[in-house]
Amino acid sequence: MAWIFIEEVSGAPAVVGLEILSKTRADGATTVLYFGKGSDAAFATLGEFGATDVFHLVPSEGSTGTAAAAAAIADLVGQHNPDAILFGQTYTDRDVAGRLSTRLDRTMISNGIDVSLDGSVGVTTEIFGGSQLVTTMFEGPGPHLVLIRPKSFPAEPSGGGAPTVTAVPLPDAGHAGSARVTGSFVEETEGPKLEEAAVIVAGGRGLGSVEGFELVEKLAAPLKAATGATRAIVDAGWVPYSKQVGQTGKTVKPDVYIACGLSGAMQHLVGMKDSKLIIAINKDEEAPIFAVADLGIVGDVHQVLPKLIEALENR
Amino acid sequence: MKIAVCVKQIPDPASPYQLDPTTHNLVRPTEQVLDDTDRYGVEVGLQIAGETEGTVTLVSMGPSGNLNGIRQALAMGADGAILVDDETLKGSDSLTTAKILAAAMAPESFDIVIAGTESTDGYSGVVPQQIAELLGVPALTYAKKIDVEGSTVRINRQTATGYDTIEAPTPVLVSVTAGVVEPRYPTFKGIMDAKKKPVETKTAADLGVTVTVNQRIALVVPAPSRSGGQVVIDEGTGHEKIIAMLEQAKVI
Ligand SMILES: Cc1cc2nc3c(=O)[nH]c(=O)nc-3n(C[C@H](O)[C@H](O)[C@H](O)COP(=O)(O)OP(=O)(O)OC[C@H]3O[C@@H](n4cnc5c(N)ncnc54)[C@H](O)[C@@H]3O)c2cc1C
Ligand SMILES: Nc1ncnc2c1ncn2[C@@H]1O[C@H](COP(=O)(O)O)[C@@H](O)[C@H]1O
Repeated sequence: MAWIFIEEVSGAPAVVGLEILSKTRADGATTVLYFGKGSDAAFATLGEFGATDVFHLVPSEGSTGTAAAAAAIADLVGQHNPDAILFGQTYTDRDVAGRLSTRLDRTMISNGIDVSLDGSVGVTTEIFGGSQLVTTMFEGPGPHLVLIRPKSFPAEPSGGGAPTVTAVPLPDAGHAGSARVTGSFVEETEGPKLEEAAVIVAGGRGLGSVEGFELVEKLAAPLKAATGATRAIVDAGWVPYSKQVGQTGKTVKPDVYIACGLSGAMQHLVGMKDSKLIIAINKDEEAPIFAVADLGIVGDVHQVLPKLIEALENR
Repeated sequence: MKIAVCVKQIPDPASPYQLDPTTHNLVRPTEQVLDDTDRYGVEVGLQIAGETEGTVTLVSMGPSGNLNGIRQALAMGADGAILVDDETLKGSDSLTTAKILAAAMAPESFDIVIAGTESTDGYSGVVPQQIAELLGVPALTYAKKIDVEGSTVRINRQTATGYDTIEAPTPVLVSVTAGVVEPRYPTFKGIMDAKKKPVETKTAADLGVTVTVNQRIALVVPAPSRSGGQVVIDEGTGHEKIIAMLEQAKVI
């Protein structure tokens, strides 16, 4: 028996949680730890993706709630003894999972891209930029804790009805639970969402400057593409983090990924190498991105992109 | 403020990593560097210490090797380091790492503990949260901006869509993203001073931590690789090749 921890994001279950549930329900893992305000609609969505039982953890107003959630889950584990608890490799999930691992004194495996729950619990992870796959088996007593990367499984509804929901009050976590949320800000980005777009145009440091990123936006417009970025230019403040693709950003699998002036560092590749078609423009013939590109253009983005944009706009 | 910064020495990311074929642990050369990710933590620590007349102590677990990585962080201006170097800790998981680091820090009662959000070679991304729970302190995670006012620490916490402002009273753990500050480069004086700064070495037994292994690598296989396609040098018509491919893919 495994449980799936799902955080509420903008009033709905996090997509990564629904992806995990879609995978695990075949193994009978249909119990969800739901962390957020909750609503009939949110629970109905969980049911549609196969959840039969939901423990509803409600953070108290103004608290981040992560320390208290870990404490509450530890109590539930004591009562029900699940074999495994699966989380998404996301910020809040990491905060809760890390604390839970300490409370339960159980090891955990991060960055899973596949999990097996039949009998013993095994996890597959990618190393060296996704060039090698490692399968690790847990030993000793459970529950075994696993963090699964987004987009590892497709989210597919199974058409289930509303689950049984049990409200779980969160305990006072004392000083550890004293972090408070005082504000929440959304950095608006226009256009198609990275996770959903069929075409993505992504840029890196080779664009030269913030202004250089406008080339990426101009190319994206006629293609109705989402724009993505490397961590280097997110850290440089050219674009918001929500555009970051890679190990610590988003995982994307579009039909076409156009990489402009980015090297293809292994932490970037793990987030996009499963795109159906990859086109890369880089002035360095040796750039690692060419090793995964279906079409590589060795050239200057400031030469190639304006011509490409013009040709597309004139169609 | 008394500040601890978790810093990790790692094999140079510029040289290819290797797995030991029998233990499947990462092969660690004696020549190690400071994980680039931790330069941000060190800088944040130094800035807060500067504003509060505080001190910065580095805390690290792993083979000491020639101490290059630690010396790099000391040269930036940290006051000293605690290093836990122990053969039995080879290939330890995130929880063991956190237990060691927390045990090394506990006696010092730091006001602020700083860590990166994920290490370059391990990237489990949970060591800071595990440390926070072990020390019984709140965790302000994924900080892209930090302010300290009295005994309150405030951060902008990066989220998938923007950021949250969150705060907590000290003692507190903060994990910092790479965008948070611009790390300083060591000065010549800094490099010379670093050689004289105290580095205290401890073992797992000194800290009373017993190492347990609860996982076993069953299989390492090459991933189904995607082969590169054609690479052409742009001679003014590269864009036409791209258009042709986009047409073929039926996206235009
Ligand atoms: C723990 C950890 C997590 C990370 N997570 C991520 C992540 O999620 N996502 C991510 O992207 N990175 C991540 N990174 C960073 C990653 O290692 C690389 O540093 C980053 O991806 C490099 O970005 P870049 O390709 O824009 O820059 P660079 O590597 O500097 O590459 C720039 C490229 O542009 C080319 N170029 C320069 N000028 C031109 C021109 N005029 N025309 C055409 N080409 C040009 C150059 O040849 C070069 O190949 C992570 C790193 C760590 C340690
Ligand atoms: N062996 C270590 N020694 C010191 N700090 C560490 C160690 N491992 C992890 N950390 C800290 O924890 C952060 C996250 O690491 P990880 O959980 O391995 O991704 C790193 O950026 C470091 O600040």
